[in-house]
Amino acid sequence: MKENTIDKMPVNLVGLAKTDYKGAPSTLCQGCGHNSISSQIIAACYELNIIPENLLKFSGIGCSSKSPTYFLNRSFGFNGLHGRMPSLAAGGIFADRTLKAVGISGDGDTASIGMGQFKHAVRRNTPMVYIVENNGVYGLTKGQFSATADLGLSLKKQGKNPYMPIDIAWEAIVSNATFVARSFAGDPKQVKELIKAGLSHHGIAVLDIISPCVTFNNQDQATHSYAWGKEHEVALHDLAYVPPSEEIFVDYEEGEAKEVTMHDGSMVILKKLERDYDPTNRSEALRVLEEANAKQWLLTGLIYINEGQPTLVDLYDLTDTPLNRLPESRLRPSRESLEKLNSMF
Amino acid sequence: MLSGRSNDQSDATTQKLSSGQRIVNNFCITVATVNGSGSQTSNLTIMRALLKMGIPVSGKNIFPSNIQGQPTWFTIRVSAEGYTARCEDTDILVAMNPNSFTRDVANLNSGGVLFYADHIKTPINREDIITYPMPVQRISREDAATPGLRDYVANMVYVGVVAQIIGIELVKIHQALEFHFKGKPKPIEMNFAAVEKSARWASENLHKLDPYWVEPIQSNNNCIMMDGNTAAALGALYGGVQFAAWYPITPATTLAETLMEYRPILRNDPETGKNTLVIIQAEDELAAVGMVVGAGWGGLRAMTSTSGPGLSLMAEYIGLAYYSETPIVIWDVQRVGPATGLPTRTAQGDLTFVNFISHGDTQHVILLPGNITECFEYGWKAFDLAEQLQTPILVLSDLDLGMNLWMTDPLKYPDIPMDRGKVLWEGDLERLNGEWGRYHDVDGDGIPYRTLPGNRHTRSAYFARGTGHDENAHYTEDPEVWERVLNRLRKKYETARKLVPVPVINTMEGAKIGLIGYGSTDPAIYEARSRLEKNGIKTDYMRIKAIPFNYQVKEFIACHDRVYVIELNRDGQMHQLLTLEAKEKAINMISLSHIDGLPLTAEWVVEGILSHEEKAE
Repeated sequence: MKENTIDKMPVNLVGLAKTDYKGAPSTLCQGCGHNSISSQIIAACYELNIIPENLLKFSGIGCSSKSPTYFLNRSFGFNGLHGRMPSLAAGGIFADRTLKAVGISGDGDTASIGMGQFKHAVRRNTPMVYIVENNGVYGLTKGQFSATADLGLSLKKQGKNPYMPIDIAWEAIVSNATFVARSFAGDPKQVKELIKAGLSHHGIAVLDIISPCVTFNNQDQATHSYAWGKEHEVALHDLAYVPPSEEIFVDYEEGEAKEVTMHDGSMVILKKLERDYDPTNRSEALRVLEEANAKQWLLTGLIYINEGQPTLVDLYDLTDTPLNRLPESRLRPSRESLEKLNSMF
Repeated sequence: MLSGRSNDQSDATTQKLSSGQRIVNNFCITVATVNGSGSQTSNLTIMRALLKMGIPVSGKNIFPSNIQGQPTWFTIRVSAEGYTARCEDTDILVAMNPNSFTRDVANLNSGGVLFYADHIKTPINREDIITYPMPVQRISREDAATPGLRDYVANMVYVGVVAQIIGIELVKIHQALEFHFKGKPKPIEMNFAAVEKSARWASENLHKLDPYWVEPIQSNNNCIMMDGNTAAALGALYGGVQFAAWYPITPATTLAETLMEYRPILRNDPETGKNTLVIIQAEDELAAVGMVVGAGWGGLRAMTSTSGPGLSLMAEYIGLAYYSETPIVIWDVQRVGPATGLPTRTAQGDLTFVNFISHGDTQHVILLPGNITECFEYGWKAFDLAEQLQTPILVLSDLDLGMNLWMTDPLKYPDIPMDRGKVLWEGDLERLNGEWGRYHDVDGDGIPYRTLPGNRHTRSAYFARGTGHDENAHYTEDPEVWERVLNRLRKKYETARKLVPVPVINTMEGAKIGLIGYGSTDPAIYEARSRLEKNGIKTDYMRIKAIPFNYQVKEFIACHDRVYVIELNRDGQMHQLLTLEAKEKAINMISLSHIDGLPLTAEWVVEGILSHEEKAE
């Protein structure tokens, strides 16, 4: 931190500068939406005063899954297997349950090869922020359809996509997710606010972020392109996230906003636009998604939240001491206990 | 056919047989029943009562992959000499299943004994056996409290009749029932009443015509009875397992279920009473092993247990664990493959797959328990090895070892403290001024140092990955670095040679022939050796307990004229691996392998060796 004071860089409440949250330089394409998301993860962690060592990073395989090296160098991370990040994370979070976890996946990684693990991670309420950097295309293998690609989308070598797309937010809600949001990489402020809310959520926070592939899927008419996204984005609400340590102050008229209190006492404040939207109503969440798909809207914002549910880790009544710091004396049963067991067989 | 029913027989036959020889504590019983009828309780009761009489006993459950209604056989071997291998002969048949009756009776030894439920009306076309009908339906109708309990009582009828005829002490049956029902008086007394009544009926209505008897043996042996999956799970619990993820699969399921059963008893923190072990039933084996890799990376003692098909799914993550150097433990309780194969039968067919499991260049550390003691020992030791070596440890058990009950010495408490391997915490990093790299071979043994999530030192973190990485865990595609890292992993494998358990070697004075075995074939080979000796063939025997092979393995092969490698698979998989290991002596090694899903018998081993030896002479 000494360099920071010398440079007079601003620091957050835990005395860290933005640079303490940086990662290695990105090797993704110029203009890739994923880089923008990485920047917002950095900003969110900085603003939430998260010490990097207190956060774990996980990813699968694909362009999106490379991105955890582009933020939070000081955090432990594990880049696992294609479609298998959820299981890796589920095991990793038990090492020390005081840590937060962020998983980065893509649409191929989650909606194709990893659909099973994704839905089970959701079903178990695995405590982590699960970001899908969704561009409807396979980038690293140079432009094949993913399971979220639009029906009828044309790609250079693939021809027309004959299948219906999978809606990740929909899949998350029907699998009993406790936090589901959608955003657009071209809307950094909303992305950041949702990441902050997700990091404060007690349980799995699924963020489906449409993140256009500038190289393989950025045709203006494709729903995963910048042009389409900018034109069709319909925010459910203006979003402001208020950490528990800050005084709550939001610019809104009484009756126009909905506050959602997070597990740690912080709040998400949803400022209503033209529609009266209640993100705690599951059937309403499914209805607006259905409507948005029918009307070709890119619906963004916090679509569904259900606070107060136990997480996967809560189910185990674990020691306060992190499991990975328990000494032998607390892990190996006594000699007498084995003698007793022997007498039972 | 001689019937033991009192009103059936002439005085002449009674006299003829009562003067016959007595065969004591040396015979095989086969109980043929319908699966799902609750016969397991009866069979285990007989076994345990025999053990409580001090008589060496072993049991094999030959069961179908089915819930209810298919034929199932349970063989009980009584052997004063302590032989516990499967015995192909049936001296005493308890026939309860009309559907398999004809076949079962045909398989009975000449001079054998048939106990059968008297409602089975199938004609018995054997003149060379002794038969005892049992009024199973009558007694079960009279005694079962509810119709639903009839099948259970019916099975207790044969316990009582057989006990009466061959001399199993009823007090021992009572003790066995007490054990089985964990002291619950109601089922103990209901079952025991049926046993007593049936024994009384037999004493009043049957004359003993057969020569088979059991007699108590006075000994100091305080053997217990346990299956390998239970021993493995208990071993893991004493090894401090902190994370287990699994998916149901025969014959590995009971291993994970035993972890769940004993977790509350053994693994609540002595200081706070809180839980220290996470067990998750995953959605499939891909996820089970993925969770285990995550937990192992996080510094937890993490394991999964599976069988062949599950292992196929796990191949991907095992490769990642190998290359990212993540300690994990995988128990493979082998069944018969390929494909779904025979889920309820035993084999040693996963050896070469496990040895090389994953694409690319991999070689894994394998433990090969050969008995219940070793199932327990490797239950805890596998974690020490995994964390010492930072690599997957694969433990190969099989259905025979894992699911059948074995007579064994009481479990032995771990004789060494846990070895958590090379881990750097905050204090270590401070001393090193934060100068460290995840994959540096600091000590020259190929094993690097690691840090664990939750370490708050600002230089503690590294990014684990399955992609090419250098000594500092940074991504690289540099050809030299790739080769260097992969060669270090091979060096680590060489270090493993010195850490894994050494083989057990039993010699005979002047033996020129060597036998090599591993795992559950040990009892058959042990018995075969004494039979071969009687045929004038002396053998030395090495039971391999781990891969990579220690130097003793090569030495053993080198110092014998001929070495038979005995195993339960088609292709002679251990023979293949030993051929790679001892190329110059490959010509001296003869593969003796066989797979039909059943545990190996001493007869098969003896015949295999004799036929080769005749050719060799």
